[in-house]
Amino acid sequence: NKPPSCRNSLGDGRPSTVNQVQAGDSDETCVTFVLHEEDHTLGNSLRYIIMKNPEVDFCGYSITHPSETKINFRIQTRGGIPAVEPFRRGLSQLTEVCQHVLNTFEASVKMYKDRNEEME
Amino acid sequence: LLTMVGLFFFSSQVHTTAFPGNYPGYDDTWSQERFEEGHKIDAGSTRSLTFPQCGVRAAQFHCFHSSMCFWFAQVPTMAAEKVFIYNNTSIIQDEILAHRLGLIPIKADPRLFEYRNTGDEEGTEIDTLQFQLKVKCTRNPRSLKDSSDPNELYTNHNVYTRHLTWVPIGNQADLFADVDIRPVHEDILIAQLRPGQEIDLLMHCVKGIGESKVETGSLASLPFSMYFPFHGNPHNENILRCSGTLSRQDLKWRKVARVANPRLDTSSREIFRHEEFKDLVCLAKVRDHFIFSVESTGILHPDVLMTEAIKVLMAKCQRFINELEVVPME
Repeated sequence: NKPPSCRNSLGDGRPSTVNQVQAGDSDETCVTFVLHEEDHTLGNSLRYIIMKNPEVDFCGYSITHPSETKINFRIQTRGGIPAVEPFRRGLSQLTEVCQHVLNTFEASVKMYKDRNEEME
Repeated sequence: LLTMVGLFFFSSQVHTTAFPGNYPGYDDTWSQERFEEGHKIDAGSTRSLTFPQCGVRAAQFHCFHSSMCFWFAQVPTMAAEKVFIYNNTSIIQDEILAHRLGLIPIKADPRLFEYRNTGDEEGTEIDTLQFQLKVKCTRNPRSLKDSSDPNELYTNHNVYTRHLTWVPIGNQADLFADVDIRPVHEDILIAQLRPGQEIDLLMHCVKGIGESKVETGSLASLPFSMYFPFHGNPHNENILRCSGTLSRQDLKWRKVARVANPRLDTSSREIFRHEEFKDLVCLAKVRDHFIFSVESTGILHPDVLMTEAIKVLMAKCQRFINELEVVPME
């Protein structure tokens, strides 16, 4: 297992937010990502959306300990695809979903406010 | 308190098993198009906003509602972080007083401020709001001799949040000239004094998130309920009278009675107490329809809170994506 790096690679001095742990050096299809400073907020949504990916054999996460602010996020894939791929794809799909919810919500709030102004 | 009630229509179930490979013949792969097609938000009613999201087949968002609670905890607010006590002869100890001040919601848009750097004790105009509390209790010379009412005997014996005065730092006075910076509520009791006692202190409010600082939560509560459809046989008029939220709807093949406005329905079981109705009625939950109530502490409007909360999750995703791109994961 690789030791977690202390600083992230973006160079902004903040601690690293993601580490990758592999059982063997060669097997890229079974990876546990350690997501720092995260909990069910991201974990559950991300798990759901990654499980929707047919290339994914297994996806799950656990909170290591209540007093530790990190989650272990496990992905196993089919057909030799590196586990990073569905991970990355899940993140961008989740962003898209959020964007859509945000747009719909804002439109809806605007509609509601307009309607109220008309009534007044 | 400002409140917002929302209706979320999600897709089928809360706990889903519809993942690729589980059900032969079904395509349970994630599809943004299908999600967008079925997803609806509807904001409505006087003090509340509504947002229903209507379903994709895939049980999209069990996670969504639970996430929501967590997101709100991470929307930042301004709250007292440091209290400098110059004089406190009241009965409340300094540390208790400081803690009480930390819980007071401050009406200031946190988006206008930066996070204060760790270790910074002084603070600048971009990350700190300064408030002064200087109150001294005196005897009221005009009170009647035989009066026993403290309100009449003393002046300033109750210290309220309205006694907090904002002391602008640097250019804040110009910057926030047209913004009202003050505690959200004017009548929160901070301390009680008796003649001769006084409180003289300065407090620094900084930006923080609910997760890391208990005293800075923008959200009072986030109750959550699922929408109950209530089917019944409408031929019997009494059934409509029995439950106030039912109304008649004509479906293609038959008439049914249904809950007209799910937000008013409390899923009352009253109807099952009537012999003639109990077999006609089905009480069930629509598993993809969520009602959200967002109640803010008054600093940000609930709909701003909601959008900020969604942005928090997006920022999280983006941060991981960025890191993955920079480090080709070794």
